[in-house]
Amino acid sequence: MSRLTKALAGLCGLLAVLVLAVWLLNIRGDSLLEWPLAATSTVERGAYLAQVGNCAGCHTARGAKAYAGGLAIGTPFGSVYASNLTPDTATGLGGWTRAEFWRAMHHGRSKDGRLLYPAFPYTSYTLITREDSDALFVYLKSLPAVRQANTAPTLRFPYDSQAALAVWRALFFRPGSYQADAAQSTDWNRGAYLTEGLGHCSACHAARNALGATEGLNLAGGLIPVQNWYAPSLVAPHEAGLQAWRIEDIKALFKTGVTAQASVNGPMAEVVLGSTQHWRDADLTAMAVYLKALPASTAARPPALASQTTERGSKLYEQHCAACHGDDGKGVPSAYPALAGNRAVVMPQTANLVQITLNGGYAPATAGNPRPFGMPPFVLVLNDSDTAAVLTHIRSSWGNQAGSVSAFDVGRIRDNSAK
Amino acid sequence: MAVTTAQHLLTTSMQTPLNSWLVALSLTFLCFLSATASASPSFKDDMAQRTLACTACHGPQGRAAPDGYYPRLAGKPAGYLYNQLINFREGKRHYALMTQLIAPLTDAYLMEMAQHFSNLELAYPAPEKSNASAAALARGQQLILQGEPARGIPACVQCHGSVMTGVAPNVPGLLGLPRDYLNAQLGAWKTGKRRAHAPDCMKAVVALLSDDDINAASSYLVAQPLPANTKPASNAPPLAAGQAAVTCGSAAKP
Repeated sequence: MSRLTKALAGLCGLLAVLVLAVWLLNIRGDSLLEWPLAATSTVERGAYLAQVGNCAGCHTARGAKAYAGGLAIGTPFGSVYASNLTPDTATGLGGWTRAEFWRAMHHGRSKDGRLLYPAFPYTSYTLITREDSDALFVYLKSLPAVRQANTAPTLRFPYDSQAALAVWRALFFRPGSYQADAAQSTDWNRGAYLTEGLGHCSACHAARNALGATEGLNLAGGLIPVQNWYAPSLVAPHEAGLQAWRIEDIKALFKTGVTAQASVNGPMAEVVLGSTQHWRDADLTAMAVYLKALPASTAARPPALASQTTERGSKLYEQHCAACHGDDGKGVPSAYPALAGNRAVVMPQTANLVQITLNGGYAPATAGNPRPFGMPPFVLVLNDSDTAAVLTHIRSSWGNQAGSVSAFDVGRIRDNSAK
Repeated sequence: MAVTTAQHLLTTSMQTPLNSWLVALSLTFLCFLSATASASPSFKDDMAQRTLACTACHGPQGRAAPDGYYPRLAGKPAGYLYNQLINFREGKRHYALMTQLIAPLTDAYLMEMAQHFSNLELAYPAPEKSNASAAALARGQQLILQGEPARGIPACVQCHGSVMTGVAPNVPGLLGLPRDYLNAQLGAWKTGKRRAHAPDCMKAVVALLSDDDINAASSYLVAQPLPANTKPASNAPPLAAGQAAVTCGSAAKP
């Protein structure tokens, strides 16, 4: 054999080993596990768990039948469409078994064995128990069947291939189960199970790498691709870390969408509206205990930046903002958030500030805060440089020292806003 | 223009007179209040505050903006406004800014907003001068007042009220709106971009109208002054001879 043939044979062998490794990593622990249906896996429990996971948030298209799928989930690689979870035999879960549903939740594989795209956050759901998975399945099977065919993903090559997905999964996905930490309280463990599992908080609150994988369960904040909202860090005290908050205030924010100091907007308003406002008190306590106990990141606080406010920014603030947020930036408690010292205002990431200024928004209308106040959109009133000037003013006044916002920062969000 | 209107709105809300108990309080604690008055925004816990996000674009009487016309909300029938809010939230009408803004709000709160705007009494603008041809105006008048029963086109007044100020609770008035807005809405209905709850009566009617008909109807409408009483009628007029009743869908009320 010539040297070249030997080298080629070696290369082929190596490739075969790699393919085998990827394949084995994908099917590891993946059996259609039969499991007796627990008495606790009831429709009622499943209905509650579906709210905890906000399944309807993605699996219901705007104005369409609940859980019938069809909503486009934009990713940097193209769009995937949420699937029909109603028990229709032809287009939904009608023909599925409990075991196949468990394999989808736990292993990220469809009824026919096809690998599922992780836009369906099975990377988190893999932690949920078989009893919870079964309860969800029993609930979904109890829904009215809706015949609505699923929409195929529109992903670019090579992201549209099962082979690429297999490599991705070999690199970034390990099926798991929640391992309780005996050193922690029952509340903490329940909170961890909800936050890291069904709640899939890391789907937004963790950074994603170039291949779209979240980097661990660190909840250190990340820009939500395509939507261009920044899900702030839950470990950084200068972002949305809750270490210094009282448990009651954390619970109130998730229950009602507002506290005297803070309100939720954008994608988090959807989460509170569709999910957390419905959580049981004990589960809200558990999540609050867990989030409060997250170790605060040691990342240095962003340095104070010299005041760069301009006459133009100050004038625009007076014209457009002061009537609600006050000349002193103190706002009105529970109605208009204070801008002075507000973490959401002075974070280094300015995406949310630009979003809310351009597009406005209401806090969610929850049972606990049924008549929220709203921020008007300024997208038609302020151009990029005016928006930048007024935001720079806000970030440099009343003791805020957060540096400037550029017209480029504003334009990038404006260009990507839905029209 | 746009900036001026928003500025005007905010200035107006700052100048809202304090209500009587607050005046009494301020007289008692004048010295305390005067020290902080300049720093505190004027805030009244009411629906006007809660709908500043709406009036910033719609203005008190409707407002032209770079991307189209924002129609007035004041005085329109509450059921009509509510239906439109639901239609935007559920994707039957399309304007991303609007849909996004009201997405986190409940049916009950949207109804309260609709009722708030419905109860506002504000003057209407003077009619526009129409430069449409006499023939077009005559055709417009025919469509508005008589329709074309032979082709199944009902008179507009049959549903929108004999003086075209709408019929409570669900049918909007047709006067005091700019021609471009009327044309845009009728056009959107024709292309299916604007929809209503089933049965979508406007879709059926507009399908029978040509582009010239739409233009004629809108040209006639913008030239009509509003009657002294601009409020929506409480009942539709009796059905004229030869006219068939029209059934329109509506969102379930909270």
